[in-house]
Amino acid sequence: MKSRFISLKERGFDFETLMWLFTRLSALAMYLFALVALTGALIMGARTQMNLADVIRWMFMPNGNHVINTNIPDLAPWTTVFWKLTGSLFVAFAAAHGLHGLLSVLEDYLTIPWLRKTLRYLIIVLWLGMSGIGIYLLWNA
Amino acid sequence: MGLKRNVSLLEGLRYQGKGPMLTFLLHRIGGLGIVIFVSVHLLSSFLGGQAGVFLNTIYEHWLFQIFIFFCALFHAINGLRIVILDLWPKLVEHQREAIWVEWAVFLPIYAIAVIVILRTALGG
Repeated sequence: MKSRFISLKERGFDFETLMWLFTRLSALAMYLFALVALTGALIMGARTQMNLADVIRWMFMPNGNHVINTNIPDLAPWTTVFWKLTGSLFVAFAAAHGLHGLLSVLEDYLTIPWLRKTLRYLIIVLWLGMSGIGIYLLWNA
Repeated sequence: MGLKRNVSLLEGLRYQGKGPMLTFLLHRIGGLGIVIFVSVHLLSSFLGGQAGVFLNTIYEHWLFQIFIFFCALFHAINGLRIVILDLWPKLVEHQREAIWVEWAVFLPIYAIAVIVILRTALGG
């Protein structure tokens, strides 16, 4: 299969292209967050005080509640502002990435124009709502 | 924006896309699985109460863990392939080889995880 290259100038840079790029870059950002969480966990004692499943759960979301049932003796280093900020960014990126993905899948099957438009506004509301709930939980729960 | 589909759903389902089509489908299924799981998880943590307790018993079930770990791991590994091939478009010529590499990375990691989940579930 020979690749076909269309320059950005020919293709144009509209909202869809922006979101296409955002989906890819936010994926890279999420790998980075997971890697930071893994590195932090290993430094904070995960090697001897946590099992693999707990480490993976922490990598998906660096939230203190995710290490409560492990052998970690002191949760203080796991609930610092640094981890809350990392988690908040992770939530916002994940919600935008995931909900835009949901929109892409649904739009492949929806042909009714008003429904497609309503769905787009609904996704924005859902993004704000889910990010808000996630960030609230990280800082308050 | 009126949209017209030239292919019916039934015709679409008969499409023989082979390897790349399989990753496309699994990527979507995995992505939807994560979106639904994370949304329900966030809402149940936020609302608490009986619903939260009930949902936790589902999350802790080994069948659910095998499913959601498939979703997350496949979506992450396949996503990395998509990002690499999309950001360096010339590499798309090697798409099929990239998919083989992807399965070679995914299968052993997933198999080990499933064994660990099952051993824990069966009390080993």
